[in-house]
This record gives sequence, structure tokens and C-alpha cells, in this order.
Amino acid sequence: MSDPLWRTGRWSDEHVELFVGNLLRWGVILAAAVTAIGGATFLFLHGAAIADYRVFHGQPDALTSVSEVARNAYTLRPEAIIQLGLLLLIATPIARVALSLLAFAKQHDRTYIVVTTIVLGLLLYSLIGVGV
Amino acid sequence: MTGLVAIGSFAAGMLGALTGLGGGMIIVPMLTLVFGVDIRYAIGASLISVIATSSGAAAAYVREGYTNIRIGMFLEVATTFGALAGAYIAGLISTSAIAVIFSLVLAYSAFRSLRPREEHSTDGPPDKWATRLRMDGTYPTPEGMQSYTVHNVPTGFSLMFVAGILSGLLGIGSGAVKVLAMDQAMRLPFKVSTTTSNFMIGVTAAASAGIYLHRGYIDPVLAFPVMLGVLAGALTGARVLAGAKVPALRAVFTVVIVFLAIEMAYKGLRGGI
Repeated sequence: MSDPLWRTGRWSDEHVELFVGNLLRWGVILAAAVTAIGGATFLFLHGAAIADYRVFHGQPDALTSVSEVARNAYTLRPEAIIQLGLLLLIATPIARVALSLLAFAKQHDRTYIVVTTIVLGLLLYSLIGVGV
Repeated sequence: MTGLVAIGSFAAGMLGALTGLGGGMIIVPMLTLVFGVDIRYAIGASLISVIATSSGAAAAYVREGYTNIRIGMFLEVATTFGALAGAYIAGLISTSAIAVIFSLVLAYSAFRSLRPREEHSTDGPPDKWATRLRMDGTYPTPEGMQSYTVHNVPTGFSLMFVAGILSGLLGIGSGAVKVLAMDQAMRLPFKVSTTTSNFMIGVTAAASAGIYLHRGYIDPVLAFPVMLGVLAGALTGARVLAGAKVPALRAVFTVVIVFLAIEMAYKGLRGGI
């Protein structure tokens, strides 16, 4: 902490704020673009096909896990492309936390390395963790 | 139906931004009451839209220097634990119970939004936790950088756990509870509490979104018009914020919210949701 390099170097709090801001912006733009492409393709193929959301029936396995969504996106099924976009959106704040962890590590800020690791662990557990 | 959902979501996102309540508070009642969507799908779609608006807005705020990343990061421990707990609870209780809890939170948020927020004094000795966690900071004002101290960290942390549970259970950003924690308990300046709360909402929602995804609560065909609609609405809302008659709009909006709350409670209790 006493090393002035960390204060004046690339990993000052102000630089971290700038990185974080850019990451969030581009994450949302990318996720929205992918989702919009998938959505437009869906509407083009299925038109006004009215789905019934009154009755809850869950989603097929192909759309409920990270690995399956990624695998199915290659098939270019519109639902899978949308789900990939939504997954990118969920990943955006997670990437932000990972970036914060890197920044705190560069600043040798032990307390916040622990704090950030806990949050990142919980997020990854939720997204990738055991089937719930 | 996709077109109507997109238009409704656009309006919800705009109202959410203009009133500061967030789009999630309107999306879930709109989808369940107007479109007859199962509340689990509605919550899944709402969570997605909450991540989008929070991250989009945070991108701008963080660069302006109002957001306190340390406070946000520390309190996210409470909100992510809470969000996971909330998502688990959502799988255990009936949809009617979720609807009734939702209506209570809706009514509380409407009540809070009518009362003017008071700027608390940020003077006085800081909390020992705040010092240990180096939370005290500065933020830009027209008169230059203003420093502030942080108070009542344990109370704020506990309230954030509650905010996380509500977020994971109901698919909302829980802005009203977060503001309670940061304004009232921790006595942060408005700009700091608003932007830091918004900064945290994306992470909190992402924590429960993973579980909702695995459970099959996130339907791509329903979620895409909601997400894109709310995002576009929120961006538009933020743009017109300067020229809008916010107090009048807020009063009208509060009436709508109270009506939605009563309707949701009624349907929930009758078993209609």
C-alpha cells in the first residue's frame, strides 16, 4: 500500500472506475445485440406464434445451463441465440466483480480481495454450480 | 403478444427510470395481471431486465466518480447471500404467497417514493467498520470534491441482506430497501447512495438469475422483448428526466402502484396467481 506506484500507476481507483464503466457498457451492448438478433430471427421464423405462459412448464434442459446454451447456440436456433444473449448479460456483472478482484489484487488490498472472492464465488456457484 | 410485451416493458422501463423505483416493480405486475403470465416466468424475465438497466446506468455513474466501489463490493456480500436465499425460498413457497409478498413490497415502495428523501448529515465520527474497511470517500460537487464518512455499517449490512432476499424472491432491484440502508442507516450522500445502490443491483440480480436459469424460469421468447423494452425505456427515461414534471408524474405513478399492489394481493389471496 505504501508503494506510490500503485497510487499513480494504471490501477488507481480512478482507472479501475473507468475500466469497470467500459466493461459494463460493452457487456450490455453485446448482450442486447445478441438478444436482439436472436429475437428478430425468432419473430421472422415464427411470426406472431402465441406462446402460453399461463401454465408454468419450465424450460427444456437445452436452455437451462451454461454449457448447453453455449453448445446449442452453434445450431443457430433462435431461442438458443436469445438465451446466449441473456447469458452474456448475466455474465456482465460477474465479469465486473472479477475485474474488481484483479484490481484489488494489484493494489494488494487483502481485505477487499477476500470480500470480492466471496462475492465472485457465490455468483459462480449460482451460475455454474450444482443443479438446483 | 411479443410486440405488446415490448411496448409495455418500454413504458415500465421509462417510468422506472423517471420515478427512481426501477422497472422490475412494474414488469412483474404487468406480466402477471395484464398478460396472464405465470409469476415464475415474470420474475425470471424481470430479473434479466433489472441486470440490463442496472449495468447500463452503472456504466455512466461509475465514470462520473459518484459510485463508491468499496462500499458496493462489501455490501454485495450481504445482497448476494440474500439473493441466493431468496431464490431458494421462491422454489419452496407457493406462487400465491410470492404474489402477496410482492404486493406488500410494492405498497411499501410506493409509500417511500412519496416521502421526500432527506439529506442526512454525514459529519461525526465514522463507524469503526467503515474505517477498517476504508469506506469513507469523496464525491464531486459543484464546489469541488466533498468528503464524507460512513456510519452504522452493521445495520446497513443487515438491511442489504433483506434487500437481497427480496430481490431473489421477487425479481426486483429492491431499490427502496437499499436506499433505506444507505441513506438512513449509513448516512451516505444522495448521489453516492443512489449510484452505489444501482451499481450493486446488477450483481445481486445476477446471483439469483443463475438459479432461475437452471430452474427453467427464464423463457427466452418472453425475456427478450422484456429485456430490450425495459432497457430502451430506461435509457429514454434517463434522457427526458431533466425536463419532466417529476412530482406530478410520481403522484400519478404512485396511484397506479397502489392499485397494482391491491390487485396482486387480491389475486394472490384468492389463488388466482
